[in-house]
Amino acid sequence: MGEFKVHRVRFFDYMPSAIRAMAFNRHTERLALARADGALEIFCFADNYFQEKVIPGREGRAVEALCWVGQRLFSAGLNGEITEYDLEKLRPRYTLEAYGGPIWTISSNSQGTLLAVGCEDGTVKIFEVLQEKIQFQRNLDRQKGRIISLSWHPSGTHIAAGMMDIIQIFDAETGHATHRLLVDRGVGASKSKEVVVWSIAFLSDHTIISGDSAGKVQIWDGFTGTLVKTHLVTKWDVQALSVSHDESSLVAGTSEGTVIQFQFLSSTVDQQDKAWIRTRTFKNHSHDVRALAHTDTAVVSGGMDTQLVVRPLLDKVEKNTQESALRKIAFPHRNLVSCAKKAGLLLFQFPDHLEVWRVGESDGHGKPGESLPVKRKPEKLIQLKTKGEDHICCSALSPCGGWLAYSTVSSVRLYRLQYNNNISITKISRLPKELRWAHQLCFSSDSSKLFASVNNSSVVIASLNQLECKYLHTLKPKSGSQQLVHLLFASEDGKWLATANTDCEVHVYNLHKQKLHCTVPVYSSCPTTLAINPATSNLVVVHADQQIFEYSLAQKEYTDWSRMLQKQGLHYLWLERDTPITNVTFNPKNSAHIILHDTFMFCVIDQSLPLPEAKAMLFNQMTLRSLPEAERKQHSHAFKMCKNYQHLLCVSLLEDHSLVVVERPLMDIMAQLPAPVRQKKFAT
Amino acid sequence: MVEHGDIRVVHRGGSKINFREPVITNDSRFLLCASGECVKVFSTSTEECIHDLRGHTDLVTGVLLKPSNHLQVYSCSADGTVRLWDFTDGILIKTYVIGCPIYSIYASANHEGVIFIVTSTSDKRSELFQLVAVHLPQSGDQLVEARELSAVLGDVSSNPAATDFGRGGEYIASAAGSQLQVYFFKKQKAYRFSLKEDNKKGGKNTFTCISCHPKDDCIATGHEDGKIRLWRNFNQKKEYTYSTLHWHHNAVSSLCFTPEGTNLLSGGIESVLVQWRYNQESQRDFLPRLGAAITHIAVSPDGALYCTSHSDNKITLIQSCVKVSAVIQGLVKGDSVRTELMVDPRSKSLVLNGKPGHLQFYSLQRDKLLYNLDIVQQEYIHESGLQQFEVVKAAFDGSGSCLATVEERKQKVSELELNLKLWAFDEQTQSFVLNTTISAPHDDRITAMCFSHTTDSQTTMLVSTSKDGHFKAWQLAGPAHTEDEGPSWSCDFVGAYHSLVPECCCFSADGSLLAVSFQEVVTVWSSTSWELLTTLSQPPGAIRNLCFGRLSCSKYLLGTTANNLLCCWNLLTCSLEWSTSMDVSLLLADQLSENMAAFCGQAGNTDLFVFKPSEPRPLFSQKAVCSGKVTRAVFAPREEMLESCEESSQWLNRSQLYFITQYMDLMTFTTKAEEDRLMASSKQLVIDDSVAMTPFYLLLGKHRQQENEDTPSSLSAERTALPQGSAAIRELLQTPAHVLPSTSFLCSMFVRSLLISVKDTREENKQAEEEMESEKEEEDSEEEMESSISKPKESVGVNAAESAAPPLTKAQLRELRRVKKLDHSWLSGLLDP
Repeated sequence: MGEFKVHRVRFFDYMPSAIRAMAFNRHTERLALARADGALEIFCFADNYFQEKVIPGREGRAVEALCWVGQRLFSAGLNGEITEYDLEKLRPRYTLEAYGGPIWTISSNSQGTLLAVGCEDGTVKIFEVLQEKIQFQRNLDRQKGRIISLSWHPSGTHIAAGMMDIIQIFDAETGHATHRLLVDRGVGASKSKEVVVWSIAFLSDHTIISGDSAGKVQIWDGFTGTLVKTHLVTKWDVQALSVSHDESSLVAGTSEGTVIQFQFLSSTVDQQDKAWIRTRTFKNHSHDVRALAHTDTAVVSGGMDTQLVVRPLLDKVEKNTQESALRKIAFPHRNLVSCAKKAGLLLFQFPDHLEVWRVGESDGHGKPGESLPVKRKPEKLIQLKTKGEDHICCSALSPCGGWLAYSTVSSVRLYRLQYNNNISITKISRLPKELRWAHQLCFSSDSSKLFASVNNSSVVIASLNQLECKYLHTLKPKSGSQQLVHLLFASEDGKWLATANTDCEVHVYNLHKQKLHCTVPVYSSCPTTLAINPATSNLVVVHADQQIFEYSLAQKEYTDWSRMLQKQGLHYLWLERDTPITNVTFNPKNSAHIILHDTFMFCVIDQSLPLPEAKAMLFNQMTLRSLPEAERKQHSHAFKMCKNYQHLLCVSLLEDHSLVVVERPLMDIMAQLPAPVRQKKFAT
Repeated sequence: MVEHGDIRVVHRGGSKINFREPVITNDSRFLLCASGECVKVFSTSTEECIHDLRGHTDLVTGVLLKPSNHLQVYSCSADGTVRLWDFTDGILIKTYVIGCPIYSIYASANHEGVIFIVTSTSDKRSELFQLVAVHLPQSGDQLVEARELSAVLGDVSSNPAATDFGRGGEYIASAAGSQLQVYFFKKQKAYRFSLKEDNKKGGKNTFTCISCHPKDDCIATGHEDGKIRLWRNFNQKKEYTYSTLHWHHNAVSSLCFTPEGTNLLSGGIESVLVQWRYNQESQRDFLPRLGAAITHIAVSPDGALYCTSHSDNKITLIQSCVKVSAVIQGLVKGDSVRTELMVDPRSKSLVLNGKPGHLQFYSLQRDKLLYNLDIVQQEYIHESGLQQFEVVKAAFDGSGSCLATVEERKQKVSELELNLKLWAFDEQTQSFVLNTTISAPHDDRITAMCFSHTTDSQTTMLVSTSKDGHFKAWQLAGPAHTEDEGPSWSCDFVGAYHSLVPECCCFSADGSLLAVSFQEVVTVWSSTSWELLTTLSQPPGAIRNLCFGRLSCSKYLLGTTANNLLCCWNLLTCSLEWSTSMDVSLLLADQLSENMAAFCGQAGNTDLFVFKPSEPRPLFSQKAVCSGKVTRAVFAPREEMLESCEESSQWLNRSQLYFITQYMDLMTFTTKAEEDRLMASSKQLVIDDSVAMTPFYLLLGKHRQQENEDTPSSLSAERTALPQGSAAIRELLQTPAHVLPSTSFLCSMFVRSLLISVKDTREENKQAEEEMESEKEEEDSEEEMESSISKPKESVGVNAAESAAPPLTKAQLRELRRVKKLDHSWLSGLLDP
């Protein structure tokens, strides 16, 4: 496997922000997720829950609710605006003031023609969804008190609105209120407090289900406006509800971090009278569950503890398969760390600032597994705050450490760093107009060029000179894909540039000729990382479904090793990992070594060794160590896994052949969260 | 009265009433529960046992009301029979012979003429059980062999709580290990659902009990880790679902839906009855402080009365989950009796430790717990694995005015905690009141404790011996300060002997001498001056038991040693009078006579010898009294003396010997005569069928009945003509036809009764004047009848007993003679100087 001097970095204080809202699109199997800092994430559930797209947040934009209309995504927030997003350019398309004060909720009818928003001033506003925009249609009868939650009847004829202390049912045609359901307040001290109907669901049989701040899930008859059943599920709030598409199952998320399932069951076998019965309780969160989505096979929940949890319903999936495993997505599926290999610098990307650190130094030598004495402590060189309200979308540090670039949705900024006795940072003021905005940035290995991914899968090349930046060329694929390039890799020798976009296309450009060299055959799963081996000029691409491909740029075909891998298939334990590979590097000492990592392990693939058999142990480092030298050969295989480091954000090889491992222990994130609601624990 | 010399070992009371789930009858007036080899019928209002349904020859393992007739009850037993009873009259109606041990019984109204039983599978090697449907043959015979068996479910649990009928018999659900099986009768299809053995958080998913909702398709299952799961949609292989309720912190031992299905009751070691609202599980009611872990829960068919069985052999009746209305308490049995068996000299009740931290006073005559005395006076925490204070020693003084108790707690890490408590009897409250608490009376475990038995002297004295090498004498001393309320106990003397560990201590009958054994040496001390008077020793072997003779034999001191010797020293000569080699596990003296009883372990069984120290021949001996070792026994004085003249049973005249076997059964010795008398009185009790038999009722009710009988008899001439009052005829008319003996036998009896009837009618005329006398006469005649019937059986018993006894006594005699011939002069020589 080889021995490395490891810089174990734990000073990246990455802190994800709380999940605020969620919307699941059944047709495209994509989940839209809004965080408290205004960022939006799109997860593709069909593609191994890969975080496909990220739209960075913006100061003061608090998304309160999300809504899919067909392929279009709308959000509304307490700033009183409705926003539609451009999911190709990954930026808001337009925003529209609703003129009703802060908006608490947004909901579309099942036909996708109308949008209803609930406002602070007690109005439900109906917007018509047009081809390119939305247009205000009318107000429903104005109520006293804010509209907290909304739900359309599947036929689109009625709307149920959850308010303070009451639930109001409107006729969507006339706009008049037809029923007014009074919700009981909590008992005891909370009697004087208004009860908030946090969430509401209108079912096709005119059953209304509400979740409120008194901890109740109530089932109402929508025809008569009468209460059918009350389930007291928590002492605190029921903050989210979600109903499965076939309306046989319902989940409720509470402030205690539990998700409670209700099922529509017949009381006796073979009979038709059915009732909502509380069945399972899932406890996967330590804090409030703010958002829920009920897919066909799983319950997706997220909340204050920033993790997205996919809990499969075991009665809907096959047992002991990849689908039946619980998934917790705690870290982004992209790089937030860039490493200047030659200079030994690290760039950490936060939503609103950047940090440049120099890794520590040690001259000691020790046995494997020992920690070495630190001669020079790691130090923070630069902290750079962004200008404006927009959050950082991407950033890059050049390999020599002399250049730093970042981009928001509105601008790209480039800085020249100089490290003499003291550090100086100079902003390059005049950037070419083609570099107005970038989704991904990358420097060439000699730090002379900057690559930026811009609209329509094209890449802008700019040359860097002492203190200026000049536009050189724009590379454009022939496929005409509208998606953005989310992965960029410039080869060590400066000849190749590999790009990948969310349409799963991988293009390789010849930088000398400034034109497309080849296109790797399109694979169904989205690439999560790619890199070009400097020794062999082979392109290694890893996909969201954990498949690894090696493509020879010279021959323009898959290498023999890649074919062998496809033929034999990857080990089932490798395929069952639930975090994607986010980084690939190569060992300059041994070109056959590929180093890659996900959140929970890093792995060295030795291409010279045989691939593991299906029955062989994948994690065999310990057993190998115990075997005598002669037998080791027999049992070793290509995948050398290391789980010593957990919650990895970056593993990178510096020029001095030492390994930088950036960890962010989940415990540290948990420790920074606010205190959860108090719960009585047994025997305390 | 006819005397029969043979003595029998009988099971005397205290059998488990919490073994299986009790049954409340449809009218909620009776409670039926399995108790040993019989089924007991209790009255729910008065807590009294009305009668026993006797007939099974092995442990009764289940009681069940017949679904089609609410006045009849099935019982099943390990003897391989199912019996049908009329419980109001206590009559056996039918016996179905199945032929293999039955572990539990189920039936439902949906399945007419079929009962479901759990038996072990025919494969003897494995401990597997199966649920079998038995088609009961429709035949008029009393003894029917049921051979039509069909297996329903394999691999079920032998625990009767783990199987239940659902929705009036539509399906049956059974749980074993971590698997739940549901069998639908209509579709004839079984579904299996299994849970993981253990989940990540350390929960144990093993099923412990099960209950099906009477109306809905919902199965409640209790689990090892205290969770209750409500299963629904279980007619599908995959889309079944369950919700989890969790309140119990330890295994749920019993679950029960109320008949309407509105509530679910659960109980466990916490001794709290929890009532869950069906479909509103967050609302629950608790009935806490029920005293001991709940083992079974049953609900009356109208749902008004709940009853819970508890681990301390108690059944509690609860009215609508709020009020405990009655408590039926049996002899509390733990795993072992830590204290000796004792007899309270005042109440003549048996005293031993019962509930944790309590002493129980159990009336032997009435087979009823009188009361519990809280010794530890600390809250008992109902949790398994906790070390809590336990009463380990107790002793009464001769008059019953003083009680000494020792409680200890041994925790793994900390030191032994010991408390010696002395209690005085308070005449006003009629109970024991704590007088003195001595914490840490000794540095180590107390091995023995005894009071000096003088009744006349003013000072009572207590001696305790401990493993720390000392024995201490405690005396009731006057208050040191005037402001103190009364006298308290304090240490009077601390004795030791060559730093050996004292094991036993014993006061002589007059209280002047104290014998303390230090391993191999017996030391005799004067209790007044605390002088070491003499030491006695014998061939080496640690002393196990030490006992002074009583009355005329008070000069003798008896001891048993670890190397199987029974020695008798004469204290006047300070020499060994005799010794014999026998493995005595327990030696005890009767307080009212010279008799001593020795239990000897012999090849897995226990033999009993009763002897006088002064006489070479044992008074009584019986081999194989019971299996296993007897470590606890007591002589309980009789309320009235028996006038037995036969030699072998004379020792039972003044007191009765009770002992506890290793299976914690309370046994005693009775003579035939005594048994007969008991039988007769029990017959008398079955006069009225419905009203509970309280002593008060017997006083009043008998009188009324007599009046009822009298008035018509004086009025109608026809009645007087027929000898109605004759015991034989009454017997003939009251006994159901199927239990009557053959006609040939009856005929002679009937003729004989007619012969006596002349005298009877004459007496009946007299009856008007002297009711009581005639009553007695009747009783006697009845007794006569009873004994005459059972005669042939008896003779066999006598023969058996006689044939068993003689060889033993002969061997014994030989041994004794040999011992007598031995020269013990060397011993006296040692002792004399």
